[in-house]
Amino acid sequence: MAQFSDPFETLVSLQQALDTFRTSRWLGAGPSAGGSYPPMNVFRKGDDLIVIAEVPGIKKSDLEVQVKGNTLRLVGTKSVNYPDKAARHRRERLAGRFDRAVTLPVEIEQEGVKAECRDGILALFLPRAERDRPKSIQVS
Amino acid sequence: MTTAQELSVRDKKELVSKEEQTAPGRHYVPYTDIYETDDALSLVMEMPGVERTNLNVALENDVLRVDGQIDLSKYEGMEPVYTEYNIGHYTRAFTLSNKIDRERISALLDDGVLTLTLPKAQETKPRRISIG
Repeated sequence: MAQFSDPFETLVSLQQALDTFRTSRWLGAGPSAGGSYPPMNVFRKGDDLIVIAEVPGIKKSDLEVQVKGNTLRLVGTKSVNYPDKAARHRRERLAGRFDRAVTLPVEIEQEGVKAECRDGILALFLPRAERDRPKSIQVS
Repeated sequence: MTTAQELSVRDKKELVSKEEQTAPGRHYVPYTDIYETDDALSLVMEMPGVERTNLNVALENDVLRVDGQIDLSKYEGMEPVYTEYNIGHYTRAFTLSNKIDRERISALLDDGVLTLTLPKAQETKPRRISIG
């Protein structure tokens, strides 16, 4: 499986690995609340899931994360502010509200969820619920 | 300016470079707003995942070049299972006019957004001419 330890090959192999899953329907039927911002990448680390989203310019106070069972919801507002008298030459950044809910294929242990927001990247550490963990079955 | 509309999703813009690259990998063009006030020109660029130490802003021959490297070591040991966007380093360059006071250009990085303030040179600031 994808290992990203070789510093020279890291970027390319990671980009290729991310591309591979672009077309997967892993999250099922898609968002159950309106909109699909922010785009998110889902990673697996052992039994647990890590969800990463790019949220540049969104303050922690404008971001809300909710987890229940196997549903993850991200609600927030992104604002883009200028001084009143400014003349705008170019506008590429988008602003607005978002409310996205996704259904994950595993159940999440609510108590163990950790959320980190740094440098415009939101990282959610979602541990798999104990009762949902696979059990090894002895083959006799 | 805050609008109450829903945020839409768009694909990240990949860099199409005039020069060819020697190192493999894709680069992205950061979304940029440019606005002008009486005193300065401001460039606001979205570069999520770029830390202060991995950001390089250089001015050479009238060209202001911004390079932001993302830290890939954070992805170590993680196996992608579902992805909606790709990641890569950010790069973008702007040609400056000679009306910018180059000595006083300042930069601020906050929540993945870089704000470059380019103060106007003193002689090009607008001034009101009183009529005697």
